[in-house]
Amino acid sequence: MFEIDAKGVYYRELNEDIRAAIEAGEKDIVLKNINGQYYIGTGITKKINITIEGVPGNDLAAFMDGPTINVMDNAQDNISNTMNSGKIIIHGHAGDVLGYGMRGGTMHILKGVGYRVGIHMKAHKKQIPTIISGGTAGNFFGEYMAGGTLILLGLDSKEGEELAGDYLGTGMHGGVIYIRGEVDKDKCGKEVGVMDTDEDDMKLIKEKLDDYCADFDLDCNEIMKRPFKKLIPVSARPYGNLYAY
Amino acid sequence: MNHDYQKDIAGCGLAGLINKKKNPLSGSHIAKSMALMNDRGNGLGAGYAAYGIYPEFAELYAFHLMYDDHTSRMEVENHLKNNYHIEKTEEIPTRPVEGLGISPLLLRYFVCPLEDKVVGDMTEKEFVVNTVMKINSEMEGAYVFSSGKNMGAFKGVGNPKEIADFFLLEEYEGYIWTGHTRFPTNTPGWWGGAHPFTLLDWSIVHNGEISSYGINKRYLEMFGYKLTLLTDTEVVAYTLDLMIRKHGLDIPLACSALAPPFWKDIDKMPDAEKEVYTALRLAYGSAMLNGPFSLLFGHSGGLVGINDRIKLRPLVAAEHGDVTYMASEESAIREICPKPDKVWAPRAGDPVIVELEV
Amino acid sequence: MFKSLALPEYLATIDKEKCIRCKRCIQNCGWSVYSWGGDRVQIDTQKCVKCLRCYHYCPEEAIDILNNETRYKDNANWGFSHIRNIKRQAETGGMPLTGMGSDLPYTILFDHLLLDACQVTNPSIDPLREPMELRTYLGKKPAKIAIERDKNEKPSLKTKLGPQIKLDVPFIFSPMSFGSISLNAQKVLAYAAKENGIVMNTGEGGLHEDLFPYTDNIIVQVASGRFGVNPQYLNAGVAVEIKIGQGAKPGIGGHLPGEKIPLQVAKTRMIPVGSDALSPAPQHDIYSIEDLRQLIYALKEATGYKPISVKIATVHNVAAIVSGIVRAGADIVYLDGFRGGTGAAPNVIRDHMGIPIEYAVAAVDDRLRQEGIRNEASIIAAGGIRSCADAAKAIALGADAVGLGTTALITMGCTTCGKCYTGNCSWGITSQRPELTARLDPEVFGERLSNLIKAWSHELQEILGALGVNSVESLRGSRERLRGIGLDEQTLDILGVKPVGR
Repeated sequence: MFEIDAKGVYYRELNEDIRAAIEAGEKDIVLKNINGQYYIGTGITKKINITIEGVPGNDLAAFMDGPTINVMDNAQDNISNTMNSGKIIIHGHAGDVLGYGMRGGTMHILKGVGYRVGIHMKAHKKQIPTIISGGTAGNFFGEYMAGGTLILLGLDSKEGEELAGDYLGTGMHGGVIYIRGEVDKDKCGKEVGVMDTDEDDMKLIKEKLDDYCADFDLDCNEIMKRPFKKLIPVSARPYGNLYAY
Repeated sequence: MNHDYQKDIAGCGLAGLINKKKNPLSGSHIAKSMALMNDRGNGLGAGYAAYGIYPEFAELYAFHLMYDDHTSRMEVENHLKNNYHIEKTEEIPTRPVEGLGISPLLLRYFVCPLEDKVVGDMTEKEFVVNTVMKINSEMEGAYVFSSGKNMGAFKGVGNPKEIADFFLLEEYEGYIWTGHTRFPTNTPGWWGGAHPFTLLDWSIVHNGEISSYGINKRYLEMFGYKLTLLTDTEVVAYTLDLMIRKHGLDIPLACSALAPPFWKDIDKMPDAEKEVYTALRLAYGSAMLNGPFSLLFGHSGGLVGINDRIKLRPLVAAEHGDVTYMASEESAIREICPKPDKVWAPRAGDPVIVELEV
Repeated sequence: MFKSLALPEYLATIDKEKCIRCKRCIQNCGWSVYSWGGDRVQIDTQKCVKCLRCYHYCPEEAIDILNNETRYKDNANWGFSHIRNIKRQAETGGMPLTGMGSDLPYTILFDHLLLDACQVTNPSIDPLREPMELRTYLGKKPAKIAIERDKNEKPSLKTKLGPQIKLDVPFIFSPMSFGSISLNAQKVLAYAAKENGIVMNTGEGGLHEDLFPYTDNIIVQVASGRFGVNPQYLNAGVAVEIKIGQGAKPGIGGHLPGEKIPLQVAKTRMIPVGSDALSPAPQHDIYSIEDLRQLIYALKEATGYKPISVKIATVHNVAAIVSGIVRAGADIVYLDGFRGGTGAAPNVIRDHMGIPIEYAVAAVDDRLRQEGIRNEASIIAAGGIRSCADAAKAIALGADAVGLGTTALITMGCTTCGKCYTGNCSWGITSQRPELTARLDPEVFGERLSNLIKAWSHELQEILGALGVNSVESLRGSRERLRGIGLDEQTLDILGVKPVGR
């Protein structure tokens, strides 16, 4: 385990130190006293572990391909931007535009998330990204979603409460969203179909939640007791009639 | 109406804090918070607004002025002498900061309008607004940083730390503070162009480029406002002045006019509410701030934070005891409040309104 | 018989090899260009107006309508239509008449204005995924509003709002009367207006009972001829419009000849069958601005204070005139620009009087703002809106909504041949001949016009999105988002826009 005290360290020096440690063969890096440093884990392609103590800045894990990052606090905006593979575990809430264009890997967030989460998340061949939030989400959850899995749990919510904001899945044309609570069709994008889950869905959710619950030491069976709604796109080409040729 | 103007374009970071109980806070807090977001600006503008810093002159208008030269100073001071009782004139204390460019002359005046000059229907506030407009638009080389009571703006060309150091911000104690760092893309450094922008006791810091600037400006011009700075922030300040001071809207309604609910949501409201919000959009459609923004506005009674109606700019809020914090990034709050009682991201168009309790 | 020396404009031709003598061209042509010669179709090309009805309905694609290659000697000064008109006038002693808006090559400022778009410093907004509001209210807006809160902090409105017309999108259909166009054409407009949550306008020919189901989407017009006007008519629609003038013929009246007044038109206009329907040049109760006020308030009294629109042709002093109209109490001012259409106007008037809509909107919006009364009335820009781009530019210059006349007719088959005044329109649009008007199925073409409005609405949303705003009121009057290309300084100044590059 390799420790870096990041108190007052500018992001460029910090990220240089991290890269140097990785070059030197460190597999477990602990960042102490982080506050607001941008780009941690960005562009890193080695399968290493980074533990962050404090609130990391924007663009955490952008273009990341491999590492596992544990954030022991809240996190900010633009996490996992165009991420290819790896895992982010956030032991608090996170901000807006998470997983933009994310093509692979996993993001587990213990609490709620902001606006435009899972925006344009996509799948490619065997790469199927997953984002799970234990709280609620702001508007435009799963906007333009083209692939992958979004799960919203609302762990602190009451049964029947709406967990996602307005314009849910607007522009969705691939992938699947599972929501552990009610969904108001009026707040969904016109491209989205809302349905009950079937056995296969529950199997998939269980598989994903086992992993999620292990990260946060939660009781998966307890969480699974409440029913989920499933959102999928009703057309892969929702704008067929938009243009005149 | 002059259309041949070049609008000022800038990106930014902002932070603010308020102690509801008016317990004084040193300026070092906001400076520390802003310094963390240095990368949101480009060193070409930073500034602060502080409330409660002049308790000994609390009933007087505190004019913070910058001058390019002594001629402009004389012109302004003559004008002030003829129209105001001037209780005190002094240079704003500063210290040299390495790397900071040459500063303009910076003075402050504690004044009140001469009674016989405020004639007819005019209110004292309007008289002060007219003075500010006159200095800013007619007196070359002079510019009013701020003009409210028991408050002041400190700003200039530099990064947040440099400007805080320059103005000895740590020596002031106030109960509301806002700070701003700029990323101007098309204006050369000019001390007056930094934010906050203020008018009377309004102070605005703002992040984002308002895409409706063209009509917002023309709308305000219809009500006699002269837009000299050509910034979004100036538009926000005048719009709030118009809606709240002149038209008597309360703060939540003024916020709803700036970032109104969508028609589809208005359509679902109960009748009385529907009527209110429809009227608000009809009357203030041209004042709507469209495009990405988050902004903080301070005033003598409190601090308000709001962002645009589809949340294209970030805003995070936190509470710890009697203090409420707001900033572009959570880390900027955690820098000065490591363990807040509560941290949350306000929803689009949903203002965070904190009022002083004493 | 006297043979005109005015050259035919077009040569209608039939490929004899392809022609199967089905006579569809004879049936379809409203102008009797074709007749049956016993073994083949005969052509009187002098009558051809190039409306292309025959071309589209020939099953064998045997017909071609060519421009007449025979021209007078080339002369940059004496153009074809100068010489032709002189010959026609010499032969008849009459004023050459025309339909549609002016086709002369005056500068079209819409083609010299470019819209902005967002890059980096502010984001564009995706109109397909995110909300994009086009809703527009026409009517007087309060400069400020008073709102009270009860003890539970619930707000309630204390200001009384003036009456408003709610439009789902900022397009309306321009006034075109039953008489100038067919009842079926009016039904097309009404159908599409209802379908899209907008309004059509009866024009000055009264309201036919077939349109009663659409009255929530109809503005009724009161013009100088007062055809079909009674209290029931005034109260039938969502607003009343006083027509002062028309862009294509400012300052002159109208004349629908008796032969075009069949039973239905007569009934709707409340005049005898076959009598001339004369619309005097001025409204004879309006000789000055205070008289307009008197009429506006007479109509408000008669309708329980519905919104009153005043339609004028844009003439040189349009800004001052509109200021007067607004102060006289109008809720809506409809500006009909120089290039606006008409069913019939003398060439000399249509092509030489008034000013284009772009200048007019800019000048009017500026003036009303200078006087602090822009909120007192909504402005409709009409007369030459050919595309959504024109509409967006007109709105950016300051219009609340745009009026579509010719554009709507084109969806019904119109090719802008300009012979509306003949009553022979082969497409059944500007005719009252039953065999012609029957061709225009209100639902089929209502659907097409509706498609057009939907398409333009999408386009406008795309424009707003590229501009980074999600509501049309943020485009309205936002001239900062326009730039002029190839315009002189004074024109830019009048438009209140900067040149490209600045």
